Amino acid sequence: MDAFLQQALNGLTLGSIYGLVALGLTLVYGILHVPNFAHGALYMVGAYISYYVMVDLGLNYWIAMLGAGLFVAVLSVLCERLVFHPLRHAPPIHDKIAAIGILLFLEAVVQMHWGSDFRRMPTPYTGILEFGGLVLPAQRLLIIVGAFSIMGALHLYLKKTMTGSTIIAMAQNREGAFLVGIDANRVAMMTFAIAGFLAAVGASLFAPINLVYPAMGHLVIMKAFVIIILGGMGSIPGAIVGGLIIGFAEALGGYYVSSTYKDLIAFVLLVVILSIKPTGLFTKGVR
Amino acid sequence: MDRIANFFASPAMKVVLLAFALIFPLIAGSEYQIYVMALAFIWAIAVYGLNIITGFCGQLNLAHGGFFAIGAYVVAILTVDHGWAFWPAFVASGVFSAVFGFLVGIVSLRLKEHYFAIFTLCVGFIIYLLLDKWEALTHGSLGIINIAPPEGFGLIDFTRTIPFYYLVLFFLVLAIVLVSRISSSLVGRTFLAIRISDDLAQSLGINLMRNKVLAFVLSTVYAGLAGGLYAGVVRFIGPAEAEVVHTFDIITYLLVGGIGTLMGPLVGTMMITWLTQAVQSFEEYRMIVFGPMLVLLVIFMPKGVVGTFLTWRGRRLASKAPAKEGQTRVGDSATSSKEARDNA
Amino acid sequence: MLKINNLTKRFGGLAAVNDVSVEFAAGQINAIIGPNGAGKTTFFNLVAGAMPPTSGSIEFNGMDVTGMAPDRIARLGIARTFQTTKLFEQSTVLDNLIVGHRLRTQSRLWDVIINSKRLRDEEKKCRAKAAEVLDFVGLSHIGHRYIADTTQEERKRVAFALAMATDPELVLLDEPAGGINPEETENLAALIRKMVDHGITVCLIEHKMDMIMSLADKIMVLDHGEKIAEGTPEQIKTNPVVIEAYLGSEEDVEA
Repeated sequence: MDAFLQQALNGLTLGSIYGLVALGLTLVYGILHVPNFAHGALYMVGAYISYYVMVDLGLNYWIAMLGAGLFVAVLSVLCERLVFHPLRHAPPIHDKIAAIGILLFLEAVVQMHWGSDFRRMPTPYTGILEFGGLVLPAQRLLIIVGAFSIMGALHLYLKKTMTGSTIIAMAQNREGAFLVGIDANRVAMMTFAIAGFLAAVGASLFAPINLVYPAMGHLVIMKAFVIIILGGMGSIPGAIVGGLIIGFAEALGGYYVSSTYKDLIAFVLLVVILSIKPTGLFTKGVR
Repeated sequence: MDRIANFFASPAMKVVLLAFALIFPLIAGSEYQIYVMALAFIWAIAVYGLNIITGFCGQLNLAHGGFFAIGAYVVAILTVDHGWAFWPAFVASGVFSAVFGFLVGIVSLRLKEHYFAIFTLCVGFIIYLLLDKWEALTHGSLGIINIAPPEGFGLIDFTRTIPFYYLVLFFLVLAIVLVSRISSSLVGRTFLAIRISDDLAQSLGINLMRNKVLAFVLSTVYAGLAGGLYAGVVRFIGPAEAEVVHTFDIITYLLVGGIGTLMGPLVGTMMITWLTQAVQSFEEYRMIVFGPMLVLLVIFMPKGVVGTFLTWRGRRLASKAPAKEGQTRVGDSATSSKEARDNA
Repeated sequence: MLKINNLTKRFGGLAAVNDVSVEFAAGQINAIIGPNGAGKTTFFNLVAGAMPPTSGSIEFNGMDVTGMAPDRIARLGIARTFQTTKLFEQSTVLDNLIVGHRLRTQSRLWDVIINSKRLRDEEKKCRAKAAEVLDFVGLSHIGHRYIADTTQEERKRVAFALAMATDPELVLLDEPAGGINPEETENLAALIRKMVDHGITVCLIEHKMDMIMSLADKIMVLDHGEKIAEGTPEQIKTNPVVIEAYLGSEEDVEA
């Protein structure tokens, strides 16, 4: 039972990071209908910026996280302006290829600058908390609390602010939003900024218990795609719930079934789900 | 200008290209260059495969590099662990790619657009993970060495570069001839209709699933056989062959050359291969150039080199020779009066 | 020839088509009109098999085709055009049409590999068909032109030709005159009449009222997914329910 709870906690940690990354991906998909393959590269860049600010500049962990968040938010907006915006009327295959182009570019730049070595990012929070037999390193607690605080803040932003509710409106009905005179450009830029910010913060939270390297985004982005297909492309609660499902499935599956193949679990789940229901789990109506 | 353009588009150009390929080993500066060319031919075969499903049929398959790796591993495992000769193993790599492609196809092709791309990206990754982790079968991250080269039956020694070059060239020509036949045939036109739109294709009585699966299996067989040849020349492979970056390489070749065109895959592969060779030590950081190039291409030149050329020439011809085609066909004189009346 | 019984299609809780029964006779021009969102295109999608109905049935030439796959329905002889004319921009008009007759051919991959006689014959047949339908829609002179270089009206005609190439008995036209000028609209109406003269039954959705009124043999009016009237143009023009729901509020009645 203790082992189960321990794995559930690990699952929660994983799931909250996945949720953060998937949230950005699903927001972008909801607004622009672009599956942003470059999202994982943004996540990776976020980790490196965080590492740079903290290790090379010697600044505080939180400043590093904020710096990474802002930097990647700007980078993300640049991608929207320079690449996705010009391609908004192109055939559907083009924006995907362009996203792949961005991904390749960012990875190569990072690799050239930092090399392909695995790096470990230190954490200021090295303590270990114990709750009646359950071991929880402070960093993991930080991940869980941090991720859910950010999700909460995002929820407030989307519900309480004008731009936020416009994002929701556009995600639900693009044409309707245009009819009521929403500035689509601003919403698109804002969405990309949020997505980039979330990815970078997720990476900064996760990096101390993981490794930093140029290809670190691959697995995360693919799992994020699995999550948003699970949760319904464009659905915000779906991304969070989906993230948790995959997080738990991996932690428990990795423990009880096979740790060698734990990274396969998400994809096998996807294959099974899409084989049964080609439009994903929680989609409603037609498309 | 036009004369040059006409020449490039004429059948004579293909003869020139073939002649060049045939004498290339004689004019190449070094054996290394011949080797590079042979490898480029192998990749070109894989690119032709992707062109069938993505270029003709419009479905962005991101598992293509995975199928290439599967073909290579089938040859490697059968020759090294089971003592097969190369040729039967090579045939097996095609058969296995077809069977596996069929299974993946019937599941994935029910998905539309983005879902299909994401799904195949995941399939590619599953292939990579399996090759990396399933040590009992694939030797894991160590990879497989001493793969059997193609047997020359005492006549030819395919471990030498030049004979292997001609062998690969033979398969490349075969691959192009088949694609050329398909693309101009009713089967190819069926694929193109699906690329325009699923709905349109169905309204024309085209069975979507059957045709998409056919295109997909064709593409995986191309990838698998290319992988089999690759294993036969390189004779050492590892899980890295299945990394998604190879799929992205293949997409880059296809896009540069011209997606959906006949000669695009060849042109794109050749251009990028020799460009990469020209800049020493560029290989590792090629994506710094490839990445933005992909983006710029889809924004400013989505048809690639060949596609842009063909469209330019086609329009030029169309504007120069008005009202020529169509009139010669079925009963024109009989209907033209009726038409005049109807349009009046 | 086409008999619809209690056809219903729901999306979630919303009925896009609700309990519609109607019969279209062979050799006639049948129009479906109604305000935006009345369920006209959904009705077409159901008939063409693009989506299965929630309930009800569709009979074509006495055969139950309810829930049949769209490609099978096309082979049975129902062709359609779409509101937006999607064609292959990078090839010529004639090239675009050749695939239209594909459904009447048998060649498979093996025929391509060995370049069989069947394939060659069938390709000849498809080319001939393409030229024939191109001629039928009056576009023989631009067969070699690239689709990207054609006008809106020409595209509409190519779409007609493509539908004709399938050898249909019934053609569903979704807003054939959308986005073209009045003169072109008349030409297109003439073409529709010509199709009927050649024994094809036409069913069309259109907003241009004067075109409908002069062209249609029978009109069905949909509103909020329900059939509120059917009859000849004269009957529809004077039907108070129709005027209330639709004609009265629509400005292009006189246009």
